[in-house]
Amino acid sequence: MATTTNPTLSTFADALDELGVALTRTTADEFAATLDDVVRDPAVGVPLPFDVTYPDRVTVDPTPAALERAATGVTPATFGVANYGSVLLPSTADGAEPVSLYPELHVPVVRAGDVLPDLPEALDRFGDMARTDGASTVVATGPSATADMGELVLGAHGPEAVHVVMLDE
Amino acid sequence: MSKGRGDKAAEIRRLMATEGSAIEANTKGFNRKRREAVAELDNYEELRTRAREIKEDAIDRLPELIAELRESVEENGGHLYVADDAADANRYVRDVVADEDAERVVKSKSMTTEELDVNEALEADGVDVVETDLGEWVVQLADETPSHLIAPAIHRSRESIADLFETVFDPADPPETADELTTFARTRLGELIRDADVGMTGANFVTADSGTLALVTSEGNARKCAVTPDTHVAVAGVEKVVPSTDDLSPFLELLARSGTGQDLTAYVSLLTPPVDSPTLDFDDDETPLSERESDREFHLVLVDNGRMAMREDEQLRETLYCIRCGACSNSCANFQHVGGHAFGGETYSGGIGTGWEAGVESLDSAAEFNDLCTGCSRCVNGCPTKIDIPWINTVVRDRINRGADPEGTDFLVEGLTPDEEPGGLDLDKRLFGNFATLAKVGSATAPVSNWIADAAPVRWALERVAGVDARRDLPEFRRETLVDWARTRTATVTDPTREVVLYPDVYTNHVQVERGKAAVRTLEALGVSVRVPSVPSSGRAPLSQGMIATAEEHAHDVYGALAEHVDAGRDVVVIEPSDLAMFEREYERFLADAAVERLQEHSYEIMEYVYGLLANGADADALRAGDGHEVAYHAHCQQRTLGLDAHTTAVLDDLGYDVVTSDVECCGMAGSFGYKDTYYELSMDVGEDLAEQFSTPETRDRTVVASGTSCLEQLDALLSRPSRHPIELIAP
Ligand code: SF4
Repeated sequence: MATTTNPTLSTFADALDELGVALTRTTADEFAATLDDVVRDPAVGVPLPFDVTYPDRVTVDPTPAALERAATGVTPATFGVANYGSVLLPSTADGAEPVSLYPELHVPVVRAGDVLPDLPEALDRFGDMARTDGASTVVATGPSATADMGELVLGAHGPEAVHVVMLDE
Repeated sequence: MSKGRGDKAAEIRRLMATEGSAIEANTKGFNRKRREAVAELDNYEELRTRAREIKEDAIDRLPELIAELRESVEENGGHLYVADDAADANRYVRDVVADEDAERVVKSKSMTTEELDVNEALEADGVDVVETDLGEWVVQLADETPSHLIAPAIHRSRESIADLFETVFDPADPPETADELTTFARTRLGELIRDADVGMTGANFVTADSGTLALVTSEGNARKCAVTPDTHVAVAGVEKVVPSTDDLSPFLELLARSGTGQDLTAYVSLLTPPVDSPTLDFDDDETPLSERESDREFHLVLVDNGRMAMREDEQLRETLYCIRCGACSNSCANFQHVGGHAFGGETYSGGIGTGWEAGVESLDSAAEFNDLCTGCSRCVNGCPTKIDIPWINTVVRDRINRGADPEGTDFLVEGLTPDEEPGGLDLDKRLFGNFATLAKVGSATAPVSNWIADAAPVRWALERVAGVDARRDLPEFRRETLVDWARTRTATVTDPTREVVLYPDVYTNHVQVERGKAAVRTLEALGVSVRVPSVPSSGRAPLSQGMIATAEEHAHDVYGALAEHVDAGRDVVVIEPSDLAMFEREYERFLADAAVERLQEHSYEIMEYVYGLLANGADADALRAGDGHEVAYHAHCQQRTLGLDAHTTAVLDDLGYDVVTSDVECCGMAGSFGYKDTYYELSMDVGEDLAEQFSTPETRDRTVVASGTSCLEQLDALLSRPSRHPIELIAP
């Protein structure tokens, strides 16, 4: 794993660590191998807008029934938010929203260059997309959680674990 | 009347016993985490200011923003409906659900739909309505109402939820741990969401520029409800509209921190519906997601239901700035002990609840719990949009008073009550609101008045008629008031460095005369000449009963009496923190800007003033040194809100006292509150925490000092050793 001196990326790494979210950095070439180590079977994913290939283990563009069976969902993240360890997950016609939500493990893939320092900056960019294209996104920070059952439990309606894969280019 | 009070006292007692401990643990946890979380935020005050500005602007321009939002939503392909009231909103929702031939609607938590009783309306049509937020589902299964704005099942322990699931579902292997309960709920709800026909959500914010809904959840159920079924109905109050997506970040950065002390809630969905996501049918094992339909229907129902009228109402308008974080509930000592089932109305609960109930429901609903706000102001610094919550509660109380039945039994105190209030005002309110008059008569006739007040038949009558709890000691009026004493004595200071007016609040003047004398001695020892003129009472007592017109009269009189002293260059020194808080906060509502600024600029709390004198070179040796004297100090809530408690500890430290401070913020008495039979037990229950802190092996032998009158009285009731004002400790 590469180390970094980029302050935004190290802030991002620290914030993820605090949330209990794993982070693996990889390159486009090593992407398939990296993902192979990260996912739990059965794994599904949505097509990524990056120049990478999925490992065979991941069913890309699954049916709803396959999604329901899946233990891992891999989706793109438009941006990362360094100080909170958040990722912005777009809602897309190929189902990035449900794929990021239903399986117990969610693997967002974000490009290192798309990690932004703070929330206002991320919202600023999102705002433009919402106004022009009616874009939707989820600012996701750590796994789904509930405190309604008497103590904090991870994995309420959404994933109980998140593993961010960051793509260095 | 007394029957009503008795029922209420019994209900409070029941809730304290059954729900109190779960609520207390949860709210105190949230509150502690909130304080830690905002302390870590370097731009916290800046964010609050920004959030406030955005809300002020948005509510101001609301009709215009709604028009803009309509365009955005329709351009995206959705529908916007603005509903006048609950019936109108429910009719629209029922039509949408009927058009879909929907059998099941899955919902994510929304207080606005609680307000409308949407579930009942749909159920009457034979639709299965399922709450998917785990806490809300628990409440739905138990057929209860939410007890907190953001944590609807906060009143239930893990054990009681386990019992509930067992009773309702009779599972083969009953879940017990939090993990098992969550899994059980998720599995059940997952199945119900799977083939629901309509998903219904609220919205925390709606942006006019893009038609984007911000939905804040940690569980992920809002996302599931919004994008699993092919129809999404979002229901939100009109006040949720903000101009643009750029405005979201201050709210998002404040919301979770204010509510639960988290940095950011796990999911902030920014949906610009209809969302592109394909609709899901989990039985489909043929069609890949990308080829499935994403033909979604979206309806946004914006609900007026009294809000537009609140917008026109100068006093209630601020309520619309509320972002429903629940910080005011969590920081409220009374709420911590009884929760939203006592401290709430038809729908909304906690500090801001009375404003909401008065606006969207009725004064009657607000009246149910309005008295539980003691005006202690503990919630004030925690509200992310800086709403003056105690003021709203005072305004609502005043309106309740004015709406009260004019056929009262006023003749009993009519002679004592030169107030500005309507005839129907509750007798207990009138009695406490006119405490200054009572005190005057009390002192003039002391000690006879004290014997009489304590005589059994009088206590009985006070309780029967005015609700004064017989278990509470009454203040003992002193024959010689502080003002009388000061008039006849000779000052000891010859070459004064400054001149002050010691403000003779009613208690110091008539009851706790010793602390007034100690203040005079201290100030003189530090080279200050002191005057104690007769000045009218601040108006705190009538204000806390919601008697605003009377309080306002007092404000003018007080300013009139003090202005000439301020003109003459004298500082005003106040012993009673709740009176200083009047000058600092409420007088802004009553006096001209220039007047209130002058008064504020020259007014100080006594220990703050001593601190200032010492810092400016006054001789600390003139005061009584601590020499390691062990002290347990409880600051006053309003003093803390104003950030003035640190001066007291600093002065005591400097003089060599060994000070331990209470970290419970509230004593539970809050002026007249603890005197009333309805609230006496709650007041003592709240006070227990303070009593415990001052009864540990480390603190139990310490001298107890407290700044506020109510705190001193409460501590006297709670502890076997006496308590004093800190000024009495250091006075020579
Ligand atoms: S009034 Fe303020 S503190 Fe209370 S819920 Fe609303 S925003 Fe939060």
